[in-house]
Amino acid sequence: MLDKVLFYIFAGLAIASGALMVTRRNAVHSAIFLVTALLATAGIFLQLRAEFLFIVQIILYVGGIMVLFIFVIMLVNLDVALQQIQFARQKWVALIVALALSAQFGLMLWSSEKIPGQGIPVLAAPPASELPANSEAVAQSLFGNYLLAFEIASVLLLVAMIGAVVMAKKEK
Amino acid sequence: MLPIGHYLFLSAALFIIGVIGVITRRNVIVILMSIELILNAVNINLVAFSRLYGDVAGQVFALFIIADAAAEAAVGLGIIIAFFRNRETVLADEMDLLKW
Amino acid sequence: MMQAVIQATMDFLKLYWAPLLCGLVIVAVLPLIVGYIVLVERKLMADMQARLGPMRVGPHGLLQPIADAVKLLIKEDIIPDNADKLVFWLAPVLSVGAALLSIAGLAIGPAFQIAKDINIGILFVVGVSAMGIFGIVLGGWASNSHYSLMGSLRSSAQLVSYETAAGMALVSGLLLTGTLNIKAIVEAQYNEGIWFVMLAPVAFFIYLVASIAETNRAPFDLPEAESELVAGYMTEFSGFRWSLYFLAEYTNMIVVSSVATTLFLGGWLRPFARVHFFNFLDYVPPLLMIGVAGYCLLRTPKQPSRVQQLFMLAVAGLCLALALVLLAPVALPIAKPLYAGIHGGFWFIFKVSAYIYFFMWLRFTIPRYRFDQLMRLGWQFLIPLSIVNVLVVGVALIVGSYFNLHGWSMLLVTTPAAIIALVVALMILAAGQQSSAGKENAPASDFYAG
Repeated sequence: MLDKVLFYIFAGLAIASGALMVTRRNAVHSAIFLVTALLATAGIFLQLRAEFLFIVQIILYVGGIMVLFIFVIMLVNLDVALQQIQFARQKWVALIVALALSAQFGLMLWSSEKIPGQGIPVLAAPPASELPANSEAVAQSLFGNYLLAFEIASVLLLVAMIGAVVMAKKEK
Repeated sequence: MLPIGHYLFLSAALFIIGVIGVITRRNVIVILMSIELILNAVNINLVAFSRLYGDVAGQVFALFIIADAAAEAAVGLGIIIAFFRNRETVLADEMDLLKW
Repeated sequence: MMQAVIQATMDFLKLYWAPLLCGLVIVAVLPLIVGYIVLVERKLMADMQARLGPMRVGPHGLLQPIADAVKLLIKEDIIPDNADKLVFWLAPVLSVGAALLSIAGLAIGPAFQIAKDINIGILFVVGVSAMGIFGIVLGGWASNSHYSLMGSLRSSAQLVSYETAAGMALVSGLLLTGTLNIKAIVEAQYNEGIWFVMLAPVAFFIYLVASIAETNRAPFDLPEAESELVAGYMTEFSGFRWSLYFLAEYTNMIVVSSVATTLFLGGWLRPFARVHFFNFLDYVPPLLMIGVAGYCLLRTPKQPSRVQQLFMLAVAGLCLALALVLLAPVALPIAKPLYAGIHGGFWFIFKVSAYIYFFMWLRFTIPRYRFDQLMRLGWQFLIPLSIVNVLVVGVALIVGSYFNLHGWSMLLVTTPAAIIALVVALMILAAGQQSSAGKENAPASDFYAG
């Protein structure tokens, strides 16, 4: 019961702040609402008993990436932009894409409930008390099965770091 | 956990909101933020299925996606700053040097 | 629907009434504690500068924090005309909320922990307290003033760069335990019979420096450098909002010192907790309290007015009561089960106070850094050193487990590791000196100083 209420609270918060993020005129307000949406998602992770991912989401996404975003918004301080039109003239494209996507997702969800054996398999998830300690399990998996992927991710981050430094450097 | 459909619905909703943001907004920074929202929607799906099957592989993939988002944000914002220095704008439809 | 919500709330309250109560108590009591930390700081500053400090309100200024709080609450609350009202309102709340929330993960003794035995333990504390940075950035932006914006950009650049170093220092401490759970970390130190500050001294040093920078304390208090930036991100804030920022800063101090205490200084353990020879240390806490009470009684007749005498007596009585509480588990066999809780709490608070005292001591001793020096220290010295330290501690642990070393004999492998890390640090420093010697005449690059 508690689980259910928490899910609805977090899901409502995530969707509402996501919608607000897309529609706000001021980029800093957009960033604040994105932070709210990310925190709500972190709450969903916690509700799914993914504790490690919850804290990674908070430390990396909220504490790292979003701070970077707000930094750049402040460096690129645009008072002019506030007076201009916020939306490109692509409303119809957006509407069509959104409708097509909703139709696709809706069909997928609907069909998965109709046809047993196809779509999403309906399993009983293991109860929370039977799950292993989360951060240990993630560590085992990360440094066991996915070690190569982990190394590749570190190379990716290195490349991104060098790239960002080169991009943002002032030309002498 | 709740039935998996709840999580799929939430994820689909966030995904569509993100897509609408990417298509309609003019400010490149907000477009990048919408992409973060899309990545986030994907993460919800991965973690929900990881919980359904009792297998942490989904969470490990979500970790990789978060690392990827960090790399993307760093490079993307670097490009935006470099562009802003040259053209004094961050609006997507004014980035038209290559348009004939 | 309504019934379901009520049902859920009842379930929630039934399960979590104790943590909720503890949370309420912390929110209510913490401002008072912070007030008294400020009083101690002012007294210490006065002592170091050969003054008396606050003396007027209450005996020896003991009621000064309450007077200050009342003053802050009834001050006029000013919001600048061009400020972003919503964000201006939100920023201090975010700052203080993050700081208070992170306290939930801390364990003050084995018995007192609000979020009990969470799997991510120490990461929760570090991560949630790191969210306070939003309060600083948004506060500086929302007040629509150049000083504020510069201050907030400086502050957040400082926080982001030192968080990396602090995180890496924590990693090398965590390597020794192999768990994130706070209770398990302290128990590991009990089982090894040695505090991790001995096994990973370099990591402790890095965390010490980085934690001072993270809490924006002198000598790294550039964001609030009064002589340069008015008051940094807090310039436009007044009255109650300003005091919220103040509360957040001191709460963060408590949080970082608690993390350091838990991971490096043995948490709630008595010094030499496993050695019976040192059991006489159990009598130190009550004796200390009796000593304080005796001093208060001695000073009572010298107070100028009747009210102050009564207040002094009350303080003495409080100390005596605390002494009795601390004495009970040692002296009475019946109260023995309470020993871990009561004495654990005492030692934890004692260590945290010592750490904060050290912070204050540094503040009045060392002059303020320049911003480029601060950035160089963070990026060119502390971060490389912390990465090297993680490496050498890891190697030392593997060598130690190969020879099956435990407890104090671990020093055989960790001391050489620490020495290697220090040598590398000196090499980094020397290289930095050489490269900066050539550019001595070049203007200092200060990106965020405007």
